[in-house]
Amino acid sequence: MSETKVIEVAGLTKKFGDFKAVDNISFEVEKGEIFGFLGANGAGKTTAMRMLTGLSKPSSGKGKVAGFDVLKESERIKERIGYMSQKFSLYEDLTVKENIRFYGGIYGLSRQQIQTKTSHILEELNLDQVGTKLVKSLPLGWKQRLAFAVSMVHEPEIVFLDEPTGGVDPMVRRQFWEAIYQAAELGRTIFVTTHYMDEAEYCDRISIMVAGKIKALDSPDKLKDQFEAGSMDEVFLKLAR
Amino acid sequence: MRRLRFLIQKEFIQIFRNKALLPMMTLLPIIQLIILSNAASNEVKDVRVAVVDLDQSELSRALSNKIVANDRFSLVATPFNKKEALDLMQLDQVDIVLEVPSDFEKQFYRGEAPQLQTLVNAINGQQATVGSGYLSGIIGSLNGEIRAKEPMLFPDLAKPNKPIVVTSNNWYNPELDYPHFMAPGILAELTALLTIVLTAMNTVREREIGTIEQINVTPIKKWEFILGKLVPFLCLGLLLLTVGLIASKLIFDIPMRGNIGLIFAYAIVNLICVLGFGLLISNFAETQQQAIFVAFFFVLIFVLMCGLFTPIDSMPKWAQYATIPNPLAHFISVSRKVLLKGSGLADIKMEFLYTFVLAILFNTAAVWSYKKQE
Repeated sequence: MSETKVIEVAGLTKKFGDFKAVDNISFEVEKGEIFGFLGANGAGKTTAMRMLTGLSKPSSGKGKVAGFDVLKESERIKERIGYMSQKFSLYEDLTVKENIRFYGGIYGLSRQQIQTKTSHILEELNLDQVGTKLVKSLPLGWKQRLAFAVSMVHEPEIVFLDEPTGGVDPMVRRQFWEAIYQAAELGRTIFVTTHYMDEAEYCDRISIMVAGKIKALDSPDKLKDQFEAGSMDEVFLKLAR
Repeated sequence: MRRLRFLIQKEFIQIFRNKALLPMMTLLPIIQLIILSNAASNEVKDVRVAVVDLDQSELSRALSNKIVANDRFSLVATPFNKKEALDLMQLDQVDIVLEVPSDFEKQFYRGEAPQLQTLVNAINGQQATVGSGYLSGIIGSLNGEIRAKEPMLFPDLAKPNKPIVVTSNNWYNPELDYPHFMAPGILAELTALLTIVLTAMNTVREREIGTIEQINVTPIKKWEFILGKLVPFLCLGLLLLTVGLIASKLIFDIPMRGNIGLIFAYAIVNLICVLGFGLLISNFAETQQQAIFVAFFFVLIFVLMCGLFTPIDSMPKWAQYATIPNPLAHFISVSRKVLLKGSGLADIKMEFLYTFVLAILFNTAAVWSYKKQE
């Protein structure tokens, strides 16, 4: 296995009864890559991501994340990854600082580390003024960026983002992607699902899922060439028909 | 272990920040304690009696007067025949009909043992058995009085052949004070129930808002998560118990004959047991509504079969065995034994043992059924 491959998946399948939510997908993700996972609603993106993060047990196939087996070593994987779910997952009735402390503590950070992390995150996100405010009082965009920062509190190798920019305005989406680039520059691998085609352009490589299968996988430019399309929008429409 | 500290800390912050929770855990139980302890009484008062006096003799009138004189009974009607009396019972205006046969006095003085008939409205079973018991007592005492007054009429009884008299004393609760009897039980019930419902709701709420998924994607251990929920709510339950004990002492002046420390030691085991049960429920519920429904299903069984309202000894055998896995039954038994009887550890060792085994079972099941991965 190559040193630079942080995610390797072969024939991964998830069945719910007779329905194959994810049908025999295979791909690899390089270290430091921003890997986009595209698809319509219900195409199986979230299910695939949940299998990689150890939240869902694959029905068949195999896979390795951060060097650990998705079938047998999901708890080891969890130490190495960050995850930001579609549902907002910070505690609304805790303050910004308390959320950072809580998740830091869960990931086994020391008091000292938690303190450094907290001031770092507050500074980075310009949240100094609201550190002791309840999370529920923050605007959605701030919450999303905070959730992203918190998902990386333990400095994971890979961060999984499930539609992180759902429902936020273009300004915040832009800030969010800047944050993603920053994380990638630090050598972190970003695995992101989205259904915004413009966001797809920001990714190093993308895979497009249709009805549980990966229909295309390459860099945005190569995909546009391959499908003779002017934009990712067109590529997507051609695939989804 | 360090993780556990953060889990518990977070839970406490949320508990203290929740404006509704603490008043709910302190004020509501006191209100319930006052209402239930006074209302849930087995005492039978004001039994309505109708006497159908077909004899209209001196003796039958003496009997009626005796009934009127007793403050548990009120003579509400004196219908002329049984049918009229039964109509009154049908309309729910009388609880007991006493029929005095036409030759009552004559037969009595002839020593023929006349038959009095009582018809009891047994829709309220308690009223029926206790009420007719009181009534028999009155009739019996009248019988005795007359025989004593006119011994020459009963030559066979003239010799001093005193009947055996049973006197009973109510130990542990001499005045049969119902709040004394009910309050310790209700306190135990409230502590257990509120904690079951609160933990189940709390954990399912995390599932609803999605934070549990964020927890599940961390390397946290299952037992850490369960303990992280258990410890804060255990403290909450003990707080509730303390408030309830103080309130019962101040309001009802309930006796505290035993060691209060023993009550708390047992309460810790019992709370761990019911909390494990609440967490077990939460593992199978997707929404708070589901959790509440399932919790109430069990809570109803627990409450009705815990010996609070119906003594366990008077249940059928199978039901008596069915109270063994009911943590509430043990809690009530312990609180009554220790508070009213002053029992020590040796007297409640079986309750301790059963609860301890249940606590291990419920919590193991809770950890086992908590799924970090679907």
